[in-house]
Amino acid sequence: MPRPAELKARIEASLPGATAEVEDWTGGGDHFRATVAAPQFAGLSRIAQHRLVYDVFGAEIGGPIHALSLTTKTAE
Amino acid sequence: MSESPIHDAIAGAIAENHTILFLKGTPEAPACGFSARTVAALQALEAPFAAVDVLPDPRIRQELSAISNWPTIPQLFVDGELVGGADIVAEMYETGELSTVLGLEAPEDAPIEAPAAEVEPVAAPLQIENRL
Repeated sequence: MPRPAELKARIEASLPGATAEVEDWTGGGDHFRATVAAPQFAGLSRIAQHRLVYDVFGAEIGGPIHALSLTTKTAE
Repeated sequence: MSESPIHDAIAGAIAENHTILFLKGTPEAPACGFSARTVAALQALEAPFAAVDVLPDPRIRQELSAISNWPTIPQLFVDGELVGGADIVAEMYETGELSTVLGLEAPEDAPIEAPAAEVEPVAAPLQIENRL
């Protein structure tokens, strides 16, 4: 079962300079909510920003990670 | 004609409908909170949209995500382009961008006597699943 701390670490490892806050939305270990600030988001559409985060998890989204609700910001 | 009739049906539906939402369930009875939030945003703007339920056949979701490069449901397309899923649609609704993308007047700017005739009723579900 994925844990918020694991998701946070993987996002931050895949997007150097990023900071992620991840919480288990329902307590069930499969619905997560994340706020991610990353320098890589600069100049990108929201769609492209979210894809960068989804790409960290690939096919796990929709599988073990049933839902990952995202808010993205460009890191200062 | 590609090898997949489902792929072709989805691509055709995206191309043929100005605003189309792929969701779990129906606009009248969404089967997931994320789909429900997205439907609510569109309905709050009185935006006409076509809807496709992805639940009846898992291949709909697989082919849709292959087309859109987007892993989750719902997915909202306008003018053939992916606008976003539940989070982005909600954020764009809050900022007023959604009505702009949909080609609608922002509700706070619209006169109360806005011509209702321009708002078409919500399109019936396309029922791609029934044409497989």
